[in-house]
Order: sequence, then structure tokens, then C-alpha cells
Amino acid sequence: MAVDEKVLEEILNSYPAKVKRTRKKHILLRDSSLDRQEIEANTRTIPGIMTNRGCAFAGCKGVVLGPIKDMVHIVHGPIGCAYYSWLTRRNKAIPEEPGKNYLTYCVSTDMQESDIVFGGEKKLARMIDEVVEIFKPNAITISATCPVGLIGDDIQAVARAARQKHGLSITAYNCEGYKGVSQSAGHHIANNGLLEWIVGQGDWEEPPGKYTINMLGEYNIGGDSWEVERVLKELGYHVQATLTGNGSYEDIKNAHVAELNLVQCHRSINYIADMLEKKYGTPWLKVNFIGIRATCESLRNMALYFGDEDLIRRTEEVIARELAEIEPQLEPYRKICAGKTTFCFVGGSRGHHYQGLYEEIGIQTTLAGYEFAHRDDYEGREVIPDIKPDADSKNIPELHVVPDERRYRPKLSRERTEELKDKIPLSNYQGMNITMKDGSLIVDDMNHYETEEFIRTLKPDIFSSGIKDKYVPHKMGLPSKQLHNYDYSGPYAGFRGAVNFARDISMSFATPTWNFIDPPWKSRPLLEGTIEKPSQEGEA
Amino acid sequence: MLDSTPKEFIERSGGVINPAKTCQPIGAMYAALGIHNCLPHSHGSQGCCSYHRMHLARHFREPAMATTSSFTEGASVFGGGANLKTAIKNVFAIYNPDVMAVHTTCLSETIGDDISTIIKGTEVPEGKLVIHANTPSYQGSHITGFSNMTKGMVSYLAEATLAAKKEQVNIIPGFVNPGDMREIKRLTNLMGINLIMFPDTSGVLDSPMTGRFVMYPKGGVKVEELRDTGNSKLTVALGTYASSDAANLLERKCKVPAVTLKTPIGVKATDEFLMALRQSFIKEVPYQLEEERGQLVDIMVDTHYHFHGKRVAIFGDPDIITGLTEFVLSLGMKPVYVLTGTPGGTVGGPQGIFEKEIASMLDEAGIEGKVKAAGDLFRLHQWIKNEPVDLLIGNTYGKYIARAEDIPFVRVGFPILDRSMHPYLPVVGYKGAMRLLELIGNALLDRADRDAGDEDFELVM
Repeated sequence: MAVDEKVLEEILNSYPAKVKRTRKKHILLRDSSLDRQEIEANTRTIPGIMTNRGCAFAGCKGVVLGPIKDMVHIVHGPIGCAYYSWLTRRNKAIPEEPGKNYLTYCVSTDMQESDIVFGGEKKLARMIDEVVEIFKPNAITISATCPVGLIGDDIQAVARAARQKHGLSITAYNCEGYKGVSQSAGHHIANNGLLEWIVGQGDWEEPPGKYTINMLGEYNIGGDSWEVERVLKELGYHVQATLTGNGSYEDIKNAHVAELNLVQCHRSINYIADMLEKKYGTPWLKVNFIGIRATCESLRNMALYFGDEDLIRRTEEVIARELAEIEPQLEPYRKICAGKTTFCFVGGSRGHHYQGLYEEIGIQTTLAGYEFAHRDDYEGREVIPDIKPDADSKNIPELHVVPDERRYRPKLSRERTEELKDKIPLSNYQGMNITMKDGSLIVDDMNHYETEEFIRTLKPDIFSSGIKDKYVPHKMGLPSKQLHNYDYSGPYAGFRGAVNFARDISMSFATPTWNFIDPPWKSRPLLEGTIEKPSQEGEA
Repeated sequence: MLDSTPKEFIERSGGVINPAKTCQPIGAMYAALGIHNCLPHSHGSQGCCSYHRMHLARHFREPAMATTSSFTEGASVFGGGANLKTAIKNVFAIYNPDVMAVHTTCLSETIGDDISTIIKGTEVPEGKLVIHANTPSYQGSHITGFSNMTKGMVSYLAEATLAAKKEQVNIIPGFVNPGDMREIKRLTNLMGINLIMFPDTSGVLDSPMTGRFVMYPKGGVKVEELRDTGNSKLTVALGTYASSDAANLLERKCKVPAVTLKTPIGVKATDEFLMALRQSFIKEVPYQLEEERGQLVDIMVDTHYHFHGKRVAIFGDPDIITGLTEFVLSLGMKPVYVLTGTPGGTVGGPQGIFEKEIASMLDEAGIEGKVKAAGDLFRLHQWIKNEPVDLLIGNTYGKYIARAEDIPFVRVGFPILDRSMHPYLPVVGYKGAMRLLELIGNALLDRADRDAGDEDFELVM
């Protein structure tokens, strides 16, 4: 069954009037005949409606800073925030220097009541000293949790003093959980800090080789970036820094030398991409390494950017070879998946990225949405000037970035830039909506009630989201795929990742386990037999 | 693996590295899920609720439903009253629970939101209830949060309405799995004693696959039952840290005598639990339980040589590891390191209770060991590096130490994020002890098999 305005209205009618008015603006029925379909996004979640969203701390420490492997990430606050962001996101890493991988360590100032009352700055300073003594890391970050901002601990001052004392990069991030309206605020705060304090701190002036790029917004979940880098390296690209999956402080501080920045997850990293362009003259390219067509297109666009005939030719060769390798492997899975439908509700970019991969194995996306995106992730960056700042977004500082006096160098001429912009998404993202089929639903910050209702109405064959809503569809007998952490599998990116994804999705349909939901006694009567016609003799 | 953990100790006072505890609100959320038709509500930033639901859903592989007040900076400055009022209205309109159980967070505690007053000033639909517990994350641990929400159930709901107490027992099971709660109920039922268990997450976080999602599964203690706890003859609190506060409050409030026992892990603690019921209710222990006990002891005797003298490190929540320590001692093992992240006393009360209790068990067995409350896994790992052990028992986070030091590892406690049967199969009671024997025995024997040369590889062990 499809959803039309009437059905949508009925679903929303169960809400109290105020909730209905708000939620209605976050839901679109895709209609490509309209010039523009505006969606509300990045606004406050209504208290009590069971959102999937997290907080600024989760976006800053959990998403952007946490994966940087050779830094010790100190969490200043009571124990919980550090604990829940410890090893829970599957951002994999291999140390470049032996022993310098701190991802298995959870460091928290474990603030107690006395710290809340008398301030926690001294304890934080002691923790920094201890971390330096024990771990001897290359750099340290400090992330704030809710009470830190409320009691007025000046973590910036503590970091400054510690920098002087230890002569190390020690930087602090005011990502208290109440800032902004979701994780998104924390991404922005982390982006600001990385650009201001880390990128450019290295002393390199020139790229170490041809085709030096940074990969931004790739978190190496399940090893995604390793599969992408396998192909990039073969093509001769030098990935200077990945922000931030398997990323390192040592690489990021020299990220300014890259000639192109790739943007995988637009939501979490677009700020830094934009600022790198302003500061160093390096454009960014929106790529998508999820899905076969998207991967091919991203590789072709990169080759076109560098404009080297040899690179363009080799790109086609590698694509042809990779396709020849994976196509036969995909065939059996396509037979299982053909004709099915899915929901794709993920964080910032995967709600968009996975639709293509699903389609390539025969599965249509009938509903998609983002947990914490902004309007530009739906409607494209052209709407950015129209987005009105509100009280919540104003709380997140905007860095004023100017061209670096020494290092600013436009990587392309103006003419070449304009020419390329017509062909490839250079410093541009067109958003998710444009790729969605008419009649499909776009839902921002989908909550539990809507999840249940839309599943009932649209009856997808598989549901894709995260752990908090994974087991709801399972209970309904509906396969459910975590697209935040891949249900502990992966990689799903690039060519070979597509095969892994097809295998895992097929497995969720093919598993015999669904066949046992109904016990046999539910469909067979307790007593079986026939009623015989009483014999003539028996009748009196 | 954990390559940066040095053998040498340095004095640390800046906080914890690799915690063996988490914060209060998740314990409160778990306890609240043990009320029938109840929706837990987190009064704080969205991230708290999101993290707790994530962790519970991963440990139980079940939906963990809860709502949040979704604080923004404005609410943090002006107070969260308006957010909570809106949440209460929306929760009942959209999700329609019988009870909404609000817990606080470090955010709402730091700004000092007065939850009782906010609740009193909010219209709650007829027949519906809002209860609350203060669970500041900067005190205690998730166990304290569980205890505080359980106390909240008593303070909001328990009533003494009868002149004479009923022949029924209240059992507070502590922060254990639904399978453990089922086992404790089974033991009590076999004793022929009526019981009210609270909180009771069995039937909620171990609910069956039916092909239908229900927001509020069949399990959980009912509100009428919670009210009736004030009429019971006795409250048995299993575990000092998770359960005794609520039992003591019930004693003060409704004159129901309270007895605190160990979480019934192992023979001795299970014996004590049954003996307490037997003496209080004058009911003989049935043969079925005597048989189970006899079977357990039979296996312990038959296989004692698998266990005797082995050095064990145990970490986790204080009530659980107190029982585990006693049990491994009864097998002749040597629990040389026992560590919890939870502070070893009561909030605002005496400290050092945990260390004292475990130390006296070790003393009695003539074992020298290290015991620590409010410790962390970094410290435990350093102890192991200095003097190795034969076995590590604890929650999933222990697997990193086990791998770094190449020691067998048995998963017991919360959370277990990488295995799946723990919510269903108990570790309490005689049956639970058999399961522990199997887990520990298999870990030790698999290791012996792995390490044996071909000539020493045995068919029969």
C-alpha cells in the first residue's frame, strides 16, 4: 500500500494538535513535479516523542574525534558519557606507530558530587598529567559533558595550561550534550576545533606525491575506508588523512597539503570541507563509495578533477576489472532480493547513500530519512542561504575563516572550476530528495510511533536503521539491518563491500529462522475427527 | 591489545581509565522496565536516553523503549520543567503507558529541577501514574540508579492497608537478568510461598517472538502488586547495593521487616536464600530443590580437580561479584583479584563495606588477594600483569584484558554485548550454579586442550 496525503493525515491525527503541526513539516511525500519541496530539519525534537537522536557530545567525541587513533580522548564529566562512547561504534584502526592506538582506552574524569559543587578543573588537569605520563600520546582531546558547561569549568583554560606544561597538542571541545538539537551540533564543534587547532599544524608545504587527497567524513565502520583505499591506492592516489576513521593526528596535522578533499558523509564533515576551501583553496568533491554505480561515478569524478588522461584511462580499467570480479558474485543475491522494498532511516548521509546499493540488488527504498540532518542534506546546498538560524543553531560558533597568508593556493583556475562544476559535484551536494522516487516518503527525525505506523502501512520487506529500533521490526517478523554499525559485519563500501552487503541482506531474507514464529498448535485444532451420522438403529 | 598499559603503578587521582561501572540513569531505566506497562523517561539531554537504550538493546537484544525530555541550551538555563510537562502530555497521548517512570540525569540534577513539584503541577490522565527517582550520574553507579528507581517504586506506591500482614514475601532481585528473576521466582514458588518481585523485567526484556510488536510486553510487576508490597510479611533484598535501600524504606514506610541477603549465586548463597524463606514462612524445602542441590554438589565434587587452586580475577557489579567470589571459593579456586567500579559503600553513608566483606571471605579461606571498590579495569589489568591469573570473570569489556594477557575468560554480569544467551539462562540458584560450573569448566578445559601438546591431548578429562 502506498501512502498518500490522506493516509498520512490519518497517521498524524493520533498526535496531540501541537505535535501534529510540528511533525507534519518533517514529512514529505516525494513529488518531482513540484519545483521545490521544503522539509523542516535540524529543529528541536518534541519532548516525549521517542526520538532516535543523540546529543552534541555523541556527535563530537563519539563520531568525529573518537576514531582518531593516536590521540587520547579524555571525557570530562560523570562516567556515563565516556563509557557509552567506548568501543561502541566499530570505527576500526591499525596503529601506525607500535602501541599508539588508544581506541581501547576509555578515559573519564568520573566527576563526583564534590567536583560538581567545587569545580572539576583541577581533577581534569591531574587526568591530563596522568595520561601524558602513562600513554605518552601524540596529542590529547578533552570533550565536555553536560554538567561541565553548567558549573562553568573552563576546559579551554585547562587545555591551554596543559599545552604549555607538556608541549603537546591538547585541545578542548565544548560539546555539552544540551547544545544544538542533536549529534549534529557536536559534529560542527569538532570540525571547528580540528580546523582551528590541528589541520595545518604540520610543517609540510607540499603534497608528498601526485594526487594527494583527504578523505573526509569516512569513519571506517567495519573497515569501509580500507576497502575504498585499496582501490584508491591502486589508482595512484595518496590519501594524506582520513577524517576520522583510522585517522591519526600525525596525518591530520598535514592535511592542508591535499589537492582535493573528498566528502563522504556530508552532514558530519561539510563544515571542515568548506573551511579548508576558504583557508587553503582546496575544493571538495562529494563522493559516495556506498553502492557500485556510486563508487564508479565517484572514481570517475575524481579522475576528471585531476584531468590526467592516464588516470582517467586507468580508472576505467580498474572499474572494469572490479565489476568483472563482483558481478558474478552478486547474481545469486539479486535473485533473493529482487522486487523487495526497504526503509532507509539512518544518521546523516547513509539514509541517502544506501538507497543506490539497495537498488543495485533489486530493493526499492519506499521511505528514507535522517536522524540529525539539516535541510541541505535533503534539498541540496542551494538552500543553505535560506536556512534561518534559530536559538539552537546560534549557540554553535561559526568560525570566521580567511585565506591562509602563506598556504592559500587555489588548486584550480576559475574557468576550470566553473567547467568542472557543470560536470561533477565540486564543492556541492544536491541532497537526498532529488534521487527519491515519486510517492516515496521522506521523514526527518522519525520517531517510534511513526516507525510503527509506516511499517504497518507500507509493509517493507526489510527495515534499515540502528540498534534502538532494530528489534521492533524483528518482533513483527520483519528483517532489520543496522546501517550505523552493519550488525557487526562489513565492509560495505566500495566494490567488495557491495558483495558483503548483498550477502548479508540476502541472509536476512533467507535465514530459516523466520519460519518458526508460529507454533504448529496455533494452526491445528486440538481435537481432530469427523462427526459420524448417528445410525438408524441408535434412534429411538 | 592494550599495549599502553604498563606494569608499573602510578598514583592516579584524575578519574578512571577503562571503567567497571557506568552511570545511574541506565540502572533506573532498567528497573523501570520491570514495571508492567511502564515507560521509562529520561529527564535530560537526548544523548543520555539514546546511549542507555542502545546499551540495553545490545545486552538484551530486545527493544528498550524509553523517552526523553530532549533538553536544549534554553532548558538548561531556564530549567527543564516545561520540557517535562510537554513530555508527560505527549507520552500519555502517544504511547499510553500505565506508568511513566521519570529519572534524572547529571544535567537536570546540576540545574536542580524539582521533579516532584513539576509532576504535581502537571495534569496526568485519570488512572495513570507518574513516578520518579533522582539519579545523579555523579554519585554511585548504574547499580545506585537501579536502587534509587526501586526505592521510587516503594515511596510512590507501597501502602500498608491491612491490619495484619499477608503470608507473602517481597523479593527485590537486584540488577540481574530476566532469566535470574525467573529462577528466583521458581525457587520461591517451589517453596510454596506467594511473592511479589519488584522490579521484574522477566517477560519484558526476554519477551518471545510472536510476529507482533507490543509496546508493553506481558511481564513486569503490576501497580496493584507494588501497592500491595506494603502488606507483605517480609521483604528479601537480594544484594546490598541494588536492593537493600528499597527494602529498608519499605520497612520504615509500611513496617514490612527487611532482610538483605547475597545475590543467590552458588550453593551457600542459594542455601541462605532458601533458609530465610523456610524459617520465615515455616515451609520445608521440597525434595525437588534438595535434588537440584544434590546434583550441583555431586558435579562440584566430581570435577573439583578442574577448579581447585586456580587463580581467578573477578570484576563487575558488587552484588554479583560477591556471590561469584563466594562460589569460586567453594570450588577451591583462589579469587585473588576482586574489583568493582561501584563505590563500596552507601551514598552519604559508611564506605568500605564491599572491601570488608570480600576480604573476610578471602581471610576465611586463607587466600591473599586484592579487593577494590571504585576501581577500574586499567588497575585490574595492571594487577594481572604483575601476577597473572588462570581465569578472568566479568562483563564483555574483560575480553580485551583476556586477549592481551591470553587468559581464559567467562562472561558474567552487565553488560554482555558479544554473546547472546545470558538474559535467558540464570546464574542464580542451584541451576544457575550448574551453568556457571559449565561456563568456567569449559573455559578452563578448552584452554588446557588448546595448550596441550599432541602427546598430552586427552580424550577423557
